[in-house]
Amino acid sequence: MAEPIVRATALHKHFGALHVLKGVDLQVAERELVFIIGPSGSGKSTLLRCLNRLETPESGSVVVDGIDLLDRRTDLNHARQRIGMVFQSFNLYPHMTALGNVTLALRKMAGKSRAAADAAGMAALERVGLADRAGHRPGQLSGGQQQRVAIARAIALEPRVMLFDEPTSALDPELVGSVLAVMRALRESGMTMVVVSHEMGFARAAADRVVFMDDGMIVEQGRPAEIFETPSQARTQAFISQIQRH
Amino acid sequence: MIETFFNIGILAQAWPIILAGLGNTLLLSLLVVPLGLGGGMLLALLSTLRNPWIRWPLIAWVDFFRAFPPLVLLIFLYAGLPFAGLELGGFTCVGIAFFLNTGAYYGEVLRAGIESVAQGQVEAARSTGLSRGQALVWVVLPQAVRAVMPDLLSNTLEVVKLTSLASVVALPELLFQARQAQSLTYNPTPIVAAAVVYFLLLWPVVRLLSRLENRAIAGRG
Ligand SMILES: Nc1ncnc2c1ncn2[C@@H]1O[C@H](COP(=O)(O)OP(=O)(O)OP(=O)(O)O)[C@@H](O)[C@H]1O
Ligand SMILES: [Mg+2]
Repeated sequence: MAEPIVRATALHKHFGALHVLKGVDLQVAERELVFIIGPSGSGKSTLLRCLNRLETPESGSVVVDGIDLLDRRTDLNHARQRIGMVFQSFNLYPHMTALGNVTLALRKMAGKSRAAADAAGMAALERVGLADRAGHRPGQLSGGQQQRVAIARAIALEPRVMLFDEPTSALDPELVGSVLAVMRALRESGMTMVVVSHEMGFARAAADRVVFMDDGMIVEQGRPAEIFETPSQARTQAFISQIQRH
Repeated sequence: MIETFFNIGILAQAWPIILAGLGNTLLLSLLVVPLGLGGGMLLALLSTLRNPWIRWPLIAWVDFFRAFPPLVLLIFLYAGLPFAGLELGGFTCVGIAFFLNTGAYYGEVLRAGIESVAQGQVEAARSTGLSRGQALVWVVLPQAVRAVMPDLLSNTLEVVKLTSLASVVALPELLFQARQAQSLTYNPTPIVAAAVVYFLLLWPVVRLLSRLENRAIAGRG
């Protein structure tokens, strides 16, 4: 088997006395879409944030695209360009246009000229279907459009992996579809993705693997149909039936 | 009354002196506002470091210079330090006093601005590979300054008014010149004229400020 593009091993993370990750192992193969589900507070976001070192685990290892993120000699800023992240609350820069949001890191970090950055930025906005909104500020865009700009901001850097933390849960229901459609297209283009979300329909249609987390541990994982229809653990069963009632 | 306070003849006589004073007040403001802003920015940036060895001295520093009356500070620098063999000159003393006093005020305003920017903004910037400094310069500070623009302006208004303190160390700014003219002419008209000049100078800023404040209130509602 090829070397996985994400390899997190034996992660432990505390916030004060709270033990949030209790020895988590996660591997993601190239072009794989891994879906992470689990109750609130189970450590999904923390795990995801360890994968680009927005959080630093106390022990364990995180290797992404061959780069050891916990090695002190690693140039983290460089490494993070290969790891795109999309947040629940979009986190667009409100004082910049959509294009400005997408090109900031291209210009300041990837060292592209303004013209080259603008071209790459427009291409990224095109991919999320928002080229015509390039000059709009986040405040002038709908939630769904803002999240698509946030996706464009990440993919403009041509990452090897994309991390999504509940990308649709801050959206009005009628706007969810447009964001999922963009994620679907991204998946079809071969992007490796790790998605924390409760969008079961999307998971069934697009995920290769569903990981169920509870209380800082991975309880079980498998193909979407297995996890959703025939989970082997009682905790998984309880969680699935609870969210399907909604 | 009009002869005493609004004497046209005296005004004409004193006008060049007052005008020179206005020029110096503007120059002084152009010096001390950037100096205070620079000092304040330095303090605000230092306060973003969580290090307790920086944090506590910083809080003590800011508290001290906000509580210390700027007039007392200025007179101490100008008239006190020479006893320690340090004669700095009026201009330097004004520069130092404003750097210390208004820097502490600007620092608090800017710190509040920086803290008002959502943590997610920095996380988004860092997740795209921007360094801590780049995130600060391109993402946090522009939003921080915008958020506290009314407070920055109102502080600047205070600073320009405070430049009149420089008259006590004989810098020929507007108030000092007006008092010179007053003692030359034995008439208070120059003081009245200086008051009017101050008003005309600062009134547009006051207007701008209330427009900004109204907009902030409307934005919140
Ligand atoms: N920065 C932090 N400081 C302190 N505690 C934190 C911090 N971040 C997360 N926690 C705590 O760690 C636990 C796990 O949080 P995490 O955000 O990873 O959960 P989650 O599975 O993403 O939950 P949700 O579905 O609500 O987003 C929670 O109890 C949370 O309160
Ligand atoms: Mg979460």
